[in-house]
Amino acid sequence: MITRAEVCAVACADTWRDAGAVLASPFGTIPSIGARLARLTTAPDLLLTDGEAMLLAGTPALGEESSSPVEGWMPFGRVLDMLTGGRRRVMMGASQVDRYGNQNISRIGPWDRPVVQLIGVRGAPGNSVNHTTNYWVPKHSTRVFVESVDLVSGVGHDRARQVGARFHDVRVVVTDLAVLDFTGPGGSMRLRSVHPGVAVSDVQERTGFELAVDEVTETRLPTDEELELIRTTIDPRNLRDREVPA
Amino acid sequence: MQDKVLTADEVVAELSDGMTIGIGGWGSRRKPMALVRAILRSPLRDLTLVSYGGPDVGLLCAAGKVRKLVHGFVSLDSIPLDPHFRAVRQRGELEVAEFDEGMVLAGLRAAASRLPFLPTRAGLGSDVMALNPDLRTVTSPYADGEELVAMPALRLDVALVHLNRADRHGNAQYLGPDPYLDDLMCAAATRSFVSCEQIVPTEQLLENSPPQTLLLNRTHTDGVVETPRGAHFTSCAPDYGRDEAFQRHYAASAGPDEWEAFRARFLDGDEQSYQEAVADFHARQAETV
Repeated sequence: MITRAEVCAVACADTWRDAGAVLASPFGTIPSIGARLARLTTAPDLLLTDGEAMLLAGTPALGEESSSPVEGWMPFGRVLDMLTGGRRRVMMGASQVDRYGNQNISRIGPWDRPVVQLIGVRGAPGNSVNHTTNYWVPKHSTRVFVESVDLVSGVGHDRARQVGARFHDVRVVVTDLAVLDFTGPGGSMRLRSVHPGVAVSDVQERTGFELAVDEVTETRLPTDEELELIRTTIDPRNLRDREVPA
Repeated sequence: MQDKVLTADEVVAELSDGMTIGIGGWGSRRKPMALVRAILRSPLRDLTLVSYGGPDVGLLCAAGKVRKLVHGFVSLDSIPLDPHFRAVRQRGELEVAEFDEGMVLAGLRAAASRLPFLPTRAGLGSDVMALNPDLRTVTSPYADGEELVAMPALRLDVALVHLNRADRHGNAQYLGPDPYLDDLMCAAATRSFVSCEQIVPTEQLLENSPPQTLLLNRTHTDGVVETPRGAHFTSCAPDYGRDEAFQRHYAASAGPDEWEAFRARFLDGDEQSYQEAVADFHARQAETV
């Protein structure tokens, strides 16, 4: 049986398909599986790191990075420089995201005294105005998909337009329910596809604003080859089910 | 050549209340923790920290040493969030200047180059602009006319970094995979102090290592401290990895009562008693397994 986590991993993999030779920076288990799957199938030129400073020549299983030969050096400072040149693509998390793709990972509640202090804006402001940026939300809910985010870390389409951010390229949000893009009116969020077994109304109910909905397709299933790669090569320990339970 | 060897406490004696201090490393990686612990033991207060933050920030916040934090994130890496940083923020007790991590880099570069600012795209359109109302944009004077963020120089009074090896004169060497931004922190600072795992004679620095491991030259270092396991519990590859069990214990001890016990057991004594208490912690852990 194909699991929801596997459908999500393939949907994430599809976001790297046309990336070419860029540094892939996936955050989270399923995006990491997706980037590795893309490298083994449609996007062989992707650069992957070991999570520290090494670029991996191989495509090892999650947690087995040290088994791979190294093809290059990418310390944190160099990542910060490289992203300004655009040869990078990220899939970041989002504690909150709004209809234009404004993302928050910094804090929930008032700025001076947050109800919940999160990690900080991190690289989100710079990533989102410098190169292609996608998001991964493992638990689609009205807590995450909000009318207005408490603090804009990653820049959405409305704000990017206002400041003329010429390299802004926020494309999709992959969740445990669906794939969403920003081809709705005025660059607003549109429901592109629902995962098998999910109804359009399920997604709308767990989204805190009105989604653009026109021709919703069903998210594609993994091919036999992709399933084999996910289960045997990339994630033999089945870490994916911890992020998206079966 | 000048002999710059100091003790950690002598470094801290060079610091004063209200200073802006840059701390090297990244997250929970190669932090100058022995120097941080020496600050914890001192009466220093009202510090402004500039850090790619990890438990350095958490510990100094827990001890009430920090007035303001300039940062892009605070994380323990294998544990996403530092509980002490969260707690002081959620009590509204810590002023922050929060930037994109590339903006922090631009600010340090500006300071190191004695420039008032450097232009960057990072921050445009985000709430980083509103979080930092003094931030200004600048318009390209060339034909493109692009509007960019003018990231102001982040000038540091002092930089504190931890490397693997150094000589007595302040030439210092990293042997792990990543220099982090330690050299830039030192270049952006008026004075810099480097702690290290081991002080070696200058002629031994390159016995087994290539020249590009020599990250800091002595123009940038005002003091050298030998403090083995001085980055503990953060990683200091290849000398040692992050002490994950101890970091979990640190993160689980953030409640008021637990913190009192943690502090008494690990932090109230000097560096030697800290290292002995850590060894004892692991011995007891091994017994219970």
